Amino acid sequence: MTFNEDDRQRARAIIDAYPVARSAVMPLLHLAQDRDGWVTPEAMREIAEMLALTPAEVLGVCAFYTMYKREPVGNLVVSVCTNVTCLVRGGPELYDRLQHHYADDGDVFVEEVECLAACDGAPCLQVNYEYHLDMTPETAVEIVDAYRSGQRRARGVSGGASAPVASGGGA
Amino acid sequence: MPVRRIVTRRLHERPDDSWTIDAALATGAYDALRKALSGMNPDDVRTEVEAAGLRGRGGAGFPTANKWGFLPEGRFPRYLVVNADEGEPSTFKDRMLLERDPHALVEGIGIAAYAIGCNLAFVYIRGEFALGYERVVQAVADARARGFLGRGIQGSGFDLEIVVHRGAGAYICGEETALLSSLEGEHGMPRIRPPFPAVEGLYAKPTIVNNVETLATVPAIITMGGAEYGAIGVERSRGTRLFSVSGHVNRPGNYELELGSTFRELVESDECGGGVPGAGAVKFFIPGGASSQWLLGEHLDVVLDMDAVTQQYGVMLGSGAVMVYDETTCPVRVAWRLAKFFSHESCGKCTPCREGTGWIMRVLHRVEVGQGRKDDLDLLLDVGDNISPGLNAPFSQTTICPLGPSAVSAVVSLDKYFRSEVEDHVREGRCPYA
Repeated sequence: MTFNEDDRQRARAIIDAYPVARSAVMPLLHLAQDRDGWVTPEAMREIAEMLALTPAEVLGVCAFYTMYKREPVGNLVVSVCTNVTCLVRGGPELYDRLQHHYADDGDVFVEEVECLAACDGAPCLQVNYEYHLDMTPETAVEIVDAYRSGQRRARGVSGGASAPVASGGGA
Repeated sequence: MPVRRIVTRRLHERPDDSWTIDAALATGAYDALRKALSGMNPDDVRTEVEAAGLRGRGGAGFPTANKWGFLPEGRFPRYLVVNADEGEPSTFKDRMLLERDPHALVEGIGIAAYAIGCNLAFVYIRGEFALGYERVVQAVADARARGFLGRGIQGSGFDLEIVVHRGAGAYICGEETALLSSLEGEHGMPRIRPPFPAVEGLYAKPTIVNNVETLATVPAIITMGGAEYGAIGVERSRGTRLFSVSGHVNRPGNYELELGSTFRELVESDECGGGVPGAGAVKFFIPGGASSQWLLGEHLDVVLDMDAVTQQYGVMLGSGAVMVYDETTCPVRVAWRLAKFFSHESCGKCTPCREGTGWIMRVLHRVEVGQGRKDDLDLLLDVGDNISPGLNAPFSQTTICPLGPSAVSAVVSLDKYFRSEVEDHVREGRCPYA
């Protein structure tokens, strides 16, 4: 089972925060991904059950958004921006280096992403949604290695804090 | 001095802890909410915002008080949804506000919700903004604990709850109807208007969607008074705006300027962008986010006036992002990367955008890598014309939302200013800058 009793309680609180249960599908997908490292078919089935949807409907939402990973990606998602400000400040070179460096490392998933809204620190990247600015290929590898060795503590694969964070802040 | 700190005041007064409830309260947070709840009726609040001349800071620039006024009378519940899904390339002002002054947003939500008669508000935050999400969740919890949210706020009869919702990576959800679909747990795809969200929005209820900066400005307007805020600015562009300056400048960053200042002050002045590094000069700049057409270095004296830039130059202030490129920059490469962005982010609902953005990307790519054909620029304009007939600004569109037409802006700009550079690529069979 993907969700333990604690997660289920959290899930119910999230669902209750919304006037319509279906709105909880995105926060529940984040919750599942932070727990398992990716969104498993079992998690999608459980979420569907909680929201009275079909698993196909949950998959449809899951597949629409780039942050949800539908296969294992390791513990670290490294998102490198190559959009138009990073483009002229070394973003593509950063991406190439990281992609080659971690090509055979099952624990590190390097992806090219669109603008991360940190253009005053271009080129920039995120490691599990934590920002690192003004990168060079060398400093980027150092930082990713620091997460890999546990010197730096990473967020969840969906960007949650060490434990999955509940959405529905007002509830 | 063009720099004027209204919406960024707290960030400068408390640089190390501006996001905390203590720092916020020490710098006047929630005074405006108390003022509104204790001495003003909801219509008074709307009147002040109208007097301030506040227009939406997300991109479209629609007058905020007018938008609020579109709610049908007597229909409840009605919702306020904050568009915190900042994804327009090179725009990073809302992320700064979310991370560093979440209480200005929470207070702005409180005042706006009171003005429109809403008791449940949503903040839709871009999924990648993990820290911003945490800060807003914390701010909501702290505000609630101090009685600025919840039931009977500050002894008034007004109740308000806020739900903070994380997106998951989709630029299209910054478009307000797509955002509402996403918030409902559906694919984030735009809807045909009418009905407009004010009449039939979230869960088919009357809904107001406002941008982060727009709402974060509202407390200052209530504190200063609409007339005083509205005294700043030029023509129908009142007050200040946050501009995100990036690219080939010495001091990339967010700068709050009085509207009516110039691009030159923003890009070159020492207190803002600080000019192009080295001995470089501005070759071209994108003045209002990736969706805008471009301007050249010779246009730096153009005034920051939301209407005049469109009427006179066919560009927009849009999301407030100003991307600066020096003479070493290949405009075809920038246009290709923008096209790649729009192609990736097209949601696929409308054929002209789904197919057209891919065509623009592929043709620009072959030009950039030296495999372009003689009439490729005309082909690009033809594809663009299918998405945005007439290629005008403000644009017409064959699509539900503005994403497709936005992808055409770079093509039109290449044709307008860099036709010879495109031809150089084709003739030489390579990128002259590579």
